[in-house]
Amino acid sequence: MTTPLAGHGSPDPRESTVDPDTNTTLSVHDLKVHFPLSSGFLIRRQTGAVKAVDGVSFDIAPGETLGLVGESGSGKTTTGRAILQLQRPTSGSVQFRGVELTAISAKQMRPFRSEMQIIFQDPYGSLNPRMNAGQIIGEPLTVHGLAGDKAQRRERVTELLERVGLNPAMMGRYPHEFSGGQRQRIGIARALAGEPSFIVCDEPVSALDVSIQAQILNLLTDLQAEFNISYLFIAHDLSVVRHISDRVAVMYLGKIMELASSEDLYENPMHPYTRALMSAVPIPDPVLERQRERIVLAGDIPSPINPPTGCVFRTRCPIATEECAEVVPELTDRGNRHQVACIKV
Amino acid sequence: MLPARPEPAHELAQRGIKLTLDTPAENVGSTHLLEVRNLATRFATADGYVQAVDGVSFHIDEGEILGLVGESGCGKSVTSLSVMRLIPNPPGEITDGQVLFEGTDLQQISEHEMRRVRGGSIGMIFQEPMTSLNPVLTIGRQITEVFEIHLDLKGKAARERAVEILNRVGFPDPSRRFDDYPHQLSGGQRQRAMIAMAISCNPRLLIADEATTALDVTIQAQILELLQSLCDELKMALLIITHNLGVVARYAQRVAVMYAGKIIESGTADEIYAAPQHPYTKGLLASVPRLDASARDRLTSIEGEIPDLADLPPGCAFEPRCRWAVGRCRIESPVQVSIHPSSGISARIDHQVACWESENIADGTALERQLS
Repeated sequence: MTTPLAGHGSPDPRESTVDPDTNTTLSVHDLKVHFPLSSGFLIRRQTGAVKAVDGVSFDIAPGETLGLVGESGSGKTTTGRAILQLQRPTSGSVQFRGVELTAISAKQMRPFRSEMQIIFQDPYGSLNPRMNAGQIIGEPLTVHGLAGDKAQRRERVTELLERVGLNPAMMGRYPHEFSGGQRQRIGIARALAGEPSFIVCDEPVSALDVSIQAQILNLLTDLQAEFNISYLFIAHDLSVVRHISDRVAVMYLGKIMELASSEDLYENPMHPYTRALMSAVPIPDPVLERQRERIVLAGDIPSPINPPTGCVFRTRCPIATEECAEVVPELTDRGNRHQVACIKV
Repeated sequence: MLPARPEPAHELAQRGIKLTLDTPAENVGSTHLLEVRNLATRFATADGYVQAVDGVSFHIDEGEILGLVGESGCGKSVTSLSVMRLIPNPPGEITDGQVLFEGTDLQQISEHEMRRVRGGSIGMIFQEPMTSLNPVLTIGRQITEVFEIHLDLKGKAARERAVEILNRVGFPDPSRRFDDYPHQLSGGQRQRAMIAMAISCNPRLLIADEATTALDVTIQAQILELLQSLCDELKMALLIITHNLGVVARYAQRVAVMYAGKIIESGTADEIYAAPQHPYTKGLLASVPRLDASARDRLTSIEGEIPDLADLPPGCAFEPRCRWAVGRCRIESPVQVSIHPSSGISARIDHQVACWESENIADGTALERQLS
């Protein structure tokens, strides 16, 4: 397979591989990412595994946002990385527009790199401090052969900067000269440069101030409407996830506990973990807060090295019984595409 | 069910242990537990002075929870560090104001006396427990150290008391965890250890500076519920410093909103959230995604960026981002004025706002003017 070049005549290798029947941009099935643990002094052998992602399945439709919410260590970031093949999955399937990404080589993956982008939490850590904004945004254009000559490249960078709400005159500035919100806009412009149809947004607003968060969330919403991009929106903040997502998946210790439409999940949370998570998020309204039920979970998230048997949530679950230690709950549809992994509800 | 709580101050006093100051309460006219008047703190930088806190006044009563909210760089942490006299000098310097704690001005007492206040009658917990805890000392040692310094309690008695307090803050298996080092604990447990240290001398006031920001939501809920129950039990006042408007709404009775070194609005939580008067407070509340809001409602964001403290506009600091700004806002810094509580909400009349246009915005005059 050849790397696509800018020539209009040459057939895009991406086109030929696309299955015209699928109406999903991304389809993840039983995805597992296990990191091996080894021990021993002279003879090292694998003694276990950290099951960072352990059997995750979901679909994302064109122009749809799937929110992935969970606490630290729940495996949400690893899921995003495994989809982009930045971390090769242990097993399972990741199909992007009908192509099985886990089966292709790194070289074969290259044409998809421009179409599948990522935006990181820390825009400072993810921007090269020695490159100015113009170079940062222009680089993917060169790498993927999306801009012809220098002038065309400059024009495209100008257009991208304007689209994300930055003054093109700032093209020559370096990352440290921008504020946090502006840096995140550069990160978004860089992702847009590849003309993606799918973006993994990994905690894109967590490091930003409240008033700036809203600007970035609105920008992401606008871009999606304009370019019909699918998002996998990863965040720990349920309010943010609910706001931006069409559907939300709640993760805990590498597994999806509940997956439902954003509206449904809030109106009718079924999994005890979702209920506790929801109750832990305060709403900025003191009157309403006094009436809300408060479920406080005991203890910490168990270690993914040695997860509980049966249901991974059972050690902190208020309704767990002995049965929960034996049966691994399957994610089952309870109607209206509302999926729950719990044997008690 | 609960272990014996730390003894109240008067019992300790009978045993000759003093938690309050030597200086008799000079009556400076404050009836509040803590009253900060016109506090100003600046830092010397290469580009001249930066006024991080600029004339801040607020008060906390006994057993009350006050939320101090604002975005990064608004001066909320510098305010709390100034109260505790923990501003490094140089480059920092408290240039004005009074900090009246139980009637005594903490700015006037000696450093020796101040040391007895810190960790004694005022406790403080920070965002990153890992950096506030000493990595080479066990949790237990760090708590018993507080007893040695403030209560002259040593050895077995100190250990017993420390285990008691660890148990009170919800430490699982406290007598064993007593000998653990900070790195052996989870983030939530470290924060519990910090709380144990902070409340070990039964403080009258606890300052929690972004204490739950780095924690996961379910752990954040655990810690905040713990703090609230400690306030009820020990009749302790709590100053919650946070950027999280939800946390303040859930726990605080009163709120003070900071922007660019000033408190721009303050009042009861019910008042501020139901009827915010300052355009910044309104903007902030409108820009937060709410769990109970219908998804996909567009957020009303505040345009522009947080101002650079080294380069503030001469008038109101919010003016460049404010849609209601008029000529006066550009020239003169607004003064705090009291406003009447909105109808239907029972509140004390202590809702204050610093905005020239707040009345015109409230009665619609400002909107009419803009439309015409």
